[in-house]
Amino acid sequence: MRESRVVVTFHTTTEAMAWERACKQAGLPGRLIAMPVQISAECGLVWLITPQDREDLLGHAKRLRLGYKDVVELE
Amino acid sequence: MIYFDQAATSYPKPPEVAEAMMQALSYAGNSGRGSHELSLAASRLIFEARCELADFFGAEDPSRIAFTANATESLNLALFGSLNPGDHVITTETEHNSVLRPLYRLEEEGVEVTFLPADGQGVVDFSSLDDYVRANTKVFVLTHASNVTGNLADIETVEEFCRRHQLILIIDAAQTAGFYPYHLKSSAIDILCFTGHKALYGPQGIGGIYVRPGLFLRPLKIGGSGIQTFSKTHPIQMPEALESGTLNVPGIAGLLAGVRYVQAKGLDELRREEELTSYFYNKVREVPGVQVYGDFSDSNRCPIVALNIGGLESSFVSQVLADEYGICTRPGGHCAPLLHIALGTENTGAVRFSFSHMNTKEELDFALQALHDLTDRDWGGFL
Repeated sequence: MRESRVVVTFHTTTEAMAWERACKQAGLPGRLIAMPVQISAECGLVWLITPQDREDLLGHAKRLRLGYKDVVELE
Repeated sequence: MIYFDQAATSYPKPPEVAEAMMQALSYAGNSGRGSHELSLAASRLIFEARCELADFFGAEDPSRIAFTANATESLNLALFGSLNPGDHVITTETEHNSVLRPLYRLEEEGVEVTFLPADGQGVVDFSSLDDYVRANTKVFVLTHASNVTGNLADIETVEEFCRRHQLILIIDAAQTAGFYPYHLKSSAIDILCFTGHKALYGPQGIGGIYVRPGLFLRPLKIGGSGIQTFSKTHPIQMPEALESGTLNVPGIAGLLAGVRYVQAKGLDELRREEELTSYFYNKVREVPGVQVYGDFSDSNRCPIVALNIGGLESSFVSQVLADEYGICTRPGGHCAPLLHIALGTENTGAVRFSFSHMNTKEELDFALQALHDLTDRDWGGFL
């Protein structure tokens, strides 16, 4: 069975790049992948994490004032 | 060859600019078009460049900087994106055609335009700006430095005026980006239009625009953005709102290298060109028949000296300097027609010498001697 995943979506590619840079600098988990079709078939990047990392990551994002669009759990 | 056409494009470029462009060609894909390593490499490079440009210009948010092809595209974007029929815009006679021609077209579409006059030295008097304000005044567009005379506009006075009347201030920084230390966060500049290939030492074909947070510009071009594929409208979020189609990644890589070069050198060191300008200005006035244009009472100016020699045509002088002395200058009207009319040079143009920190005093002496030689020669009644 495929493990559930969580992705953070962004308004722009620039927002995604700012997120990636901040997470790398802070040693936070995750990586950029293409927008999963389960969310949308449109172009774009999302930040992939495990469900276990969700709360910790979003806490850091709030503290770092990082912009994002949504957080989606994929089954 | 001696290159005194730095106001047209800086030369030579620092070697790291070409190296960065070559590297980008070898590892960068198309930004925002996938999640593979080459696409991400391009996106990271572009983001890096936005961050460093924002830092360089003292802007608070890298996403407010969009890349364009040059200052002309940025100015078109700023003017067509902010003005509507019925609006009033204030500008000056020192502007380049990159401002004038968009304004003339906008005028045909119902925008009212006021041109502040330049005097015989090409200087604009900003002391009575309140006289020009109307109820529908929306924008003030200003070249920060004349590309003909090198004179800097009194930007502090214009900023104060725009703040007081809540006008959108658009600055044409074609000559000043990389030369003048901007602090956009604390200034009243709402839109800064810059090119990469002059005092930022980047390649041609890359420039940018800064747009203050909260200000929306109607884009000139819309299309592929790498996001919101199924929307019928172009994204409104910056910077993608103003960027459509594939970005010039090698150009951005070169611009980033140029900005790093400028930052490593420091504006103070780069501005040793002011000494060269002052030296050349003082010496060239000793050449018989020379007339220099512009106000040199303040050394805080761009490194430009425009002149004519007696009755010699500017194009002829520039051609002889190139052919016989290997000296590169720019003759003619410099795409600044209203300023040339103010200077009285609409029929002759002028020979523009423009310098960078890479020029030397020896090169200036060689050019000065060449100008002396020119005036000593018999040009068959020219002089």
